[in-house]
Amino acid sequence: MTEVSVAKDAVAATDDLVVLKSVNKHFGALHVLQDIDLTIARGEVVVVIGPSGSGKSTLCRTINRLETIDSGDITIDGKPLPAEGKALARLRADVGMVFQSFNLFAHKTVLENVMLGQIKVRKTDKAKAEEKARALLDRVGVGTQADKYPAQLSGGQQQRVAIARALAMDPKVMLFDEPTSALDPEMINEVLEVMQQLARDGMTMIVVTHEMGFARSAANRVVFMADGRIVEEATPDQFFSNPRSDRAKDFLSKILHH
Amino acid sequence: MFDFLEDYDLLGAFWTTVQLALLSAVGSLIWGTLLAGMRVGPVPLMRGFGTAYVNIVRNIPLTVIILFTSLGLYQTLNVSLGADGVVETLNFRLSVLGLIAYTSAFVCEALRSGINTVPVGQAEAARAIGLSFGQVLRLVVLPQAFRASVGPLTNVLIALTKNTTVAAAIGVAEAATLMKKMIENEAQLLLISAVIALGFVILTLPTGLILGWVGKKVAVKR
Ligand SMILES: Nc1ncnc2c1ncn2[C@@H]1O[C@H](COP(=O)(O)OP(=O)(O)O)[C@@H](O)[C@H]1O
Ligand SMILES: [Mg+2]
Repeated sequence: MTEVSVAKDAVAATDDLVVLKSVNKHFGALHVLQDIDLTIARGEVVVVIGPSGSGKSTLCRTINRLETIDSGDITIDGKPLPAEGKALARLRADVGMVFQSFNLFAHKTVLENVMLGQIKVRKTDKAKAEEKARALLDRVGVGTQADKYPAQLSGGQQQRVAIARALAMDPKVMLFDEPTSALDPEMINEVLEVMQQLARDGMTMIVVTHEMGFARSAANRVVFMADGRIVEEATPDQFFSNPRSDRAKDFLSKILHH
Repeated sequence: MFDFLEDYDLLGAFWTTVQLALLSAVGSLIWGTLLAGMRVGPVPLMRGFGTAYVNIVRNIPLTVIILFTSLGLYQTLNVSLGADGVVETLNFRLSVLGLIAYTSAFVCEALRSGINTVPVGQAEAARAIGLSFGQVLRLVVLPQAFRASVGPLTNVLIALTKNTTVAAAIGVAEAATLMKKMIENEAQLLLISAVIALGFVILTLPTGLILGWVGKKVAVKR
């Protein structure tokens, strides 16, 4: 596994995992993504930050086509995003997604949540799937909760199960859309620690978050979005201590004073 | 006072009622689920069909539908449902068909109300791990929708049990047909009605109670 600090400098053009080129999207009259160009290298951790409504979630969701785009190209590991059907389902299995509201399958136990995709999408046999699910649950620290239902777990535990569920598919890249925003403050760290460990293990990650501590310690790059555009890209240190754009300065002054 | 009852096959008639209800219940659960799948699916043609079916069928009186199975399907179109001309079998099967066609529209709507209780995030998370549309529906949305629909489906089932009496319109020997015969022959109008009513309560009351308990038991906690 490449170390994150190495990947930061050794971003070879051939190793681009996620590439967005001139991506545009509208919601009716709202131009929610405007000429987005973004390239994420294998093993890279990119934090997306920006005011509410700037299009961060939409950006995330276009990458596994939960949202369609109006124009532009998105490729994952060199292959363009399929429009629909089996090919799209296969692609989604390669792109892990963690939602703000966890979205664990409410009628299935924690263990079943982590096994479902393995069995139904990857066609893994049941015993193997269970073994892997238990290992992943241990890895995110909720192994003892395997037989409970999601509603019986705390938010932090649910989010860690959601991460395990995504990891069970052996994704090439993981998308996190504000994974800690719905959590009580005392649970935020347990989730961030799991994500930090993932980053150290070399996972390619796109993380929408306002957690500066995470961005500073785990991210190779910060992408700042406002009004549907990427306004600034920089290393975390540069961005937080010395933002170039006025929008970023303004935004940072607001989140730093809270 | 109850002596005359011995001259009639009360149990046999109610057994026919039970058979009508059970077969129609199974059939309309299947067809109603398929209709609900069409109505929430991505294919416009199927959505249109599902919507049209439900809106047309649930607004036609059941008697008309049952009569149509006999007059239209059998006598005009010669659909004989493999009954080999045995009239009782034929009418029974035609009634089940009519009851399924009618009840499935209500099953579809009960399920759809259940589907609406499932948060969109459930389906999104299911799509995000690579499940196909059919799998999302089958493995994640419908199981939760069914659990949320037990209440409305119970009402549909109870209504179906009582609706089986409409099969009398094409001469199926179920409870209402027997009632009519008894009323014609005996001067015990109130008593006969009471006995038949009691029979239906015996059928539907436990259904309601048991399913009420099941509904609580399987409810999805969020
Ligand atoms: N499904 C939708 N339909 C219409 N407008 C939407 C939809 N989803 C998001 N939007 C709008 O698009 C803009 C960007 O939303 P979003 O990507 O969620 O922003 P962020 O995640 O940065 O807060 C917002 O103004 C939001 O109201
Ligand atoms: Mg958002």
